[in-house]
Amino acid sequence: MIKDDGFAYVVAAAIKHPVCYNSSMDFSQITPADLFAVLSAAVILGCVIAFLFVLPKVRRMLPGLLQYRHLLSTMVVRDIKVKYRRSVLGILWSILNPLMMMIILTIVFSTIFRFNIENFPVYYIVGSTMYSFVTGSTTSGMNSVLNNAELIKKVYIPKYIFPLQKVLFSLVNLAFSLIAVAIVYAILQMPLHPTIPLLVIPVFYATVFSFGLSLVLSAAVVYFRDIAHLYGVLTMAWMYLTPIFYPFVLLPEIAQTVLQFNPLLHFVNYAREVMMYGSVPGLYENLYCMAFAIVTLVIGLLFFRRAQDNFILNI
Amino acid sequence: MQPIIEVSDVTMRFNMSRDKVDSLKEYFIRTVKRQLHFDEFFALQNVSFKVWPGDVLGIVGLNGSGKSTLLKLIAGIMRPSKGTIMRTGSISPLIELGAGFSADLTARENVFLNGAVLGYSKQYMAERYDEIISFAELEQFQDVAIKNYSSGMKARLGFSIATITKPEILIVDEILSVGDFLFKEKSEARIKELMGGGTTVLLVSHSLRQIETLCNRVLWLKSGRLIMDGDALEVCRAYEEGSRG
Ligand SMILES: Nc1ncnc2c1ncn2[C@@H]1O[C@H](COP(=O)(O)OP(=O)(O)OP(=O)(O)O)[C@@H](O)[C@H]1O
Ligand SMILES: [Mg+2]
Repeated sequence: MIKDDGFAYVVAAAIKHPVCYNSSMDFSQITPADLFAVLSAAVILGCVIAFLFVLPKVRRMLPGLLQYRHLLSTMVVRDIKVKYRRSVLGILWSILNPLMMMIILTIVFSTIFRFNIENFPVYYIVGSTMYSFVTGSTTSGMNSVLNNAELIKKVYIPKYIFPLQKVLFSLVNLAFSLIAVAIVYAILQMPLHPTIPLLVIPVFYATVFSFGLSLVLSAAVVYFRDIAHLYGVLTMAWMYLTPIFYPFVLLPEIAQTVLQFNPLLHFVNYAREVMMYGSVPGLYENLYCMAFAIVTLVIGLLFFRRAQDNFILNI
Repeated sequence: MQPIIEVSDVTMRFNMSRDKVDSLKEYFIRTVKRQLHFDEFFALQNVSFKVWPGDVLGIVGLNGSGKSTLLKLIAGIMRPSKGTIMRTGSISPLIELGAGFSADLTARENVFLNGAVLGYSKQYMAERYDEIISFAELEQFQDVAIKNYSSGMKARLGFSIATITKPEILIVDEILSVGDFLFKEKSEARIKELMGGGTTVLLVSHSLRQIETLCNRVLWLKSGRLIMDGDALEVCRAYEEGSRG
């Protein structure tokens, strides 16, 4: 028992946690979710402090970003032009592709497997949009350093620009595939929840996460080319480890627990909550997502910074 | 006076594994079999010199003597294994012309892309766009994709972009030999013009005539070592005789 004016009590009361029923703390009410949330909060705080005070070298990567913002925007615009301008088909394709996948999977899963998911087409397309964003941006981010080898050998550019460029470009692609989502919403006459614009929140988490992962992958693949193949296999596995076309509750309980460590699961769930169910995930869910994003980003920055000086000797 | 570039005791070591290990699989196999050898190779050894503002410094040496490596270190493209390089002022590295040209885009789009690679804004490039195109004499080809350019045309455009920005340090690695003789004269004139404006130039060329006419000071590199540093004519003479010998 803790005095009811203790700090822990104030926090617990603020989030209306059951430990503070009866105006006194009952610790038997603490769940693993609570522990993970506290852990996430600590990790986020740790990363922020590390970034601000312990890692001035990493922080010094930022002014370059300001100076090279023109390059960044020019390269993203170039990507867009190359993909979308040359052919109307480019735009059409990025809308049609998810739609056709959705139709096929809807037929397969509603007739053969008979999963009982309400609005399966929407369930699927929201999940797969998030999945495609994360795997698409990290895959192109992974190859970005190698693909710019000619440039890296000839001029000085802060090299993290390349994975960043690819992640930003994937955001543009995401915007186009949201057109496909909108079409599905229109056809199925889905309710337009006021929470739909909050989709930017899980997209933001996923963007930070993808950039961090791209930093790690793009640096690693310079030294070991076969990582590209490994990651290809891994993204396939990732699709099955994320409830994109099956209901999560179908999994055995132990799998459900283990899969909590899959960041993509949280991003996908978050997107579905705001898009389909009109609800906003609570503090805990946000803490988990933030922790995944920030930890990945910090690891990525540290790893990339160490590796980048020797890129030129290996590309 | 402060030197604009100060190279102190720079050594550049390359690891040359006999067969390049660039896959995880191979790395594991070799680590287990203890077959992971690296041969060291010194592209530069204990090189020190200073460059003063306004210098036009030529660098001569046989193929593989470390000239391009030295320029890349100064441009910040590589980091030295040992020693330090201090540099002040903006730099326009012409290690290879048209680095960062994107084959699918037109010349016009590439001008802005290339400017951005060198750290310049869109507006800055827009103000200089006409001048760039007219110097390169590519008015008729502005909206042609770069992949349809000849190598000389690409080089012209690259040279034009890199020199329009009036950098404080201009690095030129053997690029004046790509254009036709008319453009060669024109680009030499442009370099002289920049020199007159106080730009410091580092020039690598295999044309000793060009070095002699442009440079006030020459370095001679031999197998990664700095052999001689002095007056242009003297060093060129010594280099020619010393290398035959
Ligand atoms: N990335 C690298 N990895 C391994 N060795 C390298 C690398 N870059 C250069 N070298 C070696 O360093 C030496 C010097 O190369 P460099 O390109 O500086 O010569 P150079 O003087 O410019 O010659 P050239 O007149 O032919 O242009 C060469 O023997 C080359 O093999
Ligand atoms: Mg060379």
